[in-house]
Amino acid sequence: MPESLVLNHQRISINRTVSITESAVVRRILIGIAIGFLVLFLVVPLVAVFVEALKKGIMVYLTAIYEPDTIAAIRLTLLTAAIAVPLNLVFGVAAAWAIAKFEFRGKSLLITLIDLPFAVSPVISGLIFVLIFGMQGLLGPWLADHDIKILFAVPGIVLATIFVTFPFVARELIPVMQSQGREEEEAAMVLGASGFQTFWRVTLPNIKWGLLYGVILCNARAMGEFGAVSVVSGHVRGLTNTMPLHVEILYNEYNFVAAFAVASLLMMLALMTLAAKNFVEGKTRKKSGEDSLPAQEVMTEEEKWS
Amino acid sequence: MAFKKRNILPGFGIAMGFTLFYLGLIVLIPLSAIFFKTATLSWSQFWTTVTTPRVLASYRLTFGASLAAAFINVTFGLLVAWVLVRYRFPFRRILDSLVDLPFALPTAVAGMTLTTLFAGTGWFGRYLEPLGIKVAFAPLGVMIALTFIGLPFVVRTVQPVLEDLDREIEEAAASLGANRWQTFTRVLFPQIFPALLTGFALAFARALGEYGSVIFISGNMPMRTEITPLLIITKLEQYDYSGATAIALVMLIASFALLLVINMLQWWSNKRYA
Repeated sequence: MPESLVLNHQRISINRTVSITESAVVRRILIGIAIGFLVLFLVVPLVAVFVEALKKGIMVYLTAIYEPDTIAAIRLTLLTAAIAVPLNLVFGVAAAWAIAKFEFRGKSLLITLIDLPFAVSPVISGLIFVLIFGMQGLLGPWLADHDIKILFAVPGIVLATIFVTFPFVARELIPVMQSQGREEEEAAMVLGASGFQTFWRVTLPNIKWGLLYGVILCNARAMGEFGAVSVVSGHVRGLTNTMPLHVEILYNEYNFVAAFAVASLLMMLALMTLAAKNFVEGKTRKKSGEDSLPAQEVMTEEEKWS
Repeated sequence: MAFKKRNILPGFGIAMGFTLFYLGLIVLIPLSAIFFKTATLSWSQFWTTVTTPRVLASYRLTFGASLAAAFINVTFGLLVAWVLVRYRFPFRRILDSLVDLPFALPTAVAGMTLTTLFAGTGWFGRYLEPLGIKVAFAPLGVMIALTFIGLPFVVRTVQPVLEDLDREIEEAAASLGANRWQTFTRVLFPQIFPALLTGFALAFARALGEYGSVIFISGNMPMRTEITPLLIITKLEQYDYSGATAIALVMLIASFALLLVINMLQWWSNKRYA
């Protein structure tokens, strides 16, 4: 009998929708706890930075930022990122090309070694350069004889930053390039393109979002690194202070408004990083066509249906 | 006669050559300095350096607070991931993107802000201190800072697994008479577990080495709120390079062991849920 069949089916589907989600009360409680946790740990600190920075008004805020030592710190941070990010970008592309497009022994060991700087404490990342370039270090005496300053100077800061941000671009690009395979490049080569043309016209358009993603993360870390840079910098105001180090100095001098003013710039950088990251993630998702409906929307479809 | 499939793509030599050169120059040679420097110490010198009471106290705090923070992150991270994937509510997308804030925010800013919030006059501290809960300049503060910096790890490892879960398995469990809690503990949880463990290990590893966010909030009192990375810096400032390096080696071995565990976990979960 068709009628009873339909009824039966309705009952089953009602049961089903009820039992694969939680009751409204449980759902609200869970959402409440999650939002509470995120607000306490993320939103409140975010707001606090700007509130503390603007405590004494916008004029004090602007004066704190236009202070010469602060400008010098901003300049050094930009310079450091401008050297570290392109170098690690070139490395990332080279490493991903070798690892993703070719077969060789020890590949997984190489990938592990590339990830190594992530496993090392920032303080140790600074320490290793002290051990090499410091006065008691391997090259220290030789450098001193030749009047070359690396440690407690800009080159040391740049080196430590390169070390800390080393894996970012490579580890984003390797999976992207691996998933692309090498058929397209092979086709281009067979059709007579040069190696450079193949890379520029075939590979690069395929990896551009992954590349950008890696660069965004690399840049955020390069500008924000504290521990490693703190060890090698020497903390000379106006000379070897990056923005995060300058924040610390201002804070230790009880100049809280100025400390939070510089911190607010770094917070804006972080927020821009998140926005850019979201944008790129949106791009890659659209491209790979993963536009499947999120779980809850499927559910409501079913609810309508029953 | 077997034809070996030849790779016609160019540039392997130069790409690989540059990769190894740069890796060696920036990472391997500098890191090996730790081992060379420690090798100048005798075993007994090394052992005395890394086991003085002050150093031992710093291990206890660093490991203890990192472990506690990782547990908090597992609990709340799983909850946050679940809520973000399964439910729809206002500001969900903004909160979802904000989860990555601890990755993007310089640690010094995080530490300074948390200290200001939890100090006696701060937004949180002013309500907590009358209750006798001291967060800033106490071990609890170290834990809070480490929770903050480890927050994204568990969420971001569990989230994709939750998104990929096959709803039909839950339906099957439900139709076989399991209630929601049974479905979660017996069907869903085992599938999330490897990711949860990986997230835990990542958050723990990150917390062990963390420096920037902690030194502001901890107060850095020897024996009480001094973390191991700070001790390395203190030794460096006293020009005790070998002492600093010995402690660094201990930490390095701990992080490498964790890295190994993480890789094995990922290998295990890939194998299990490929």
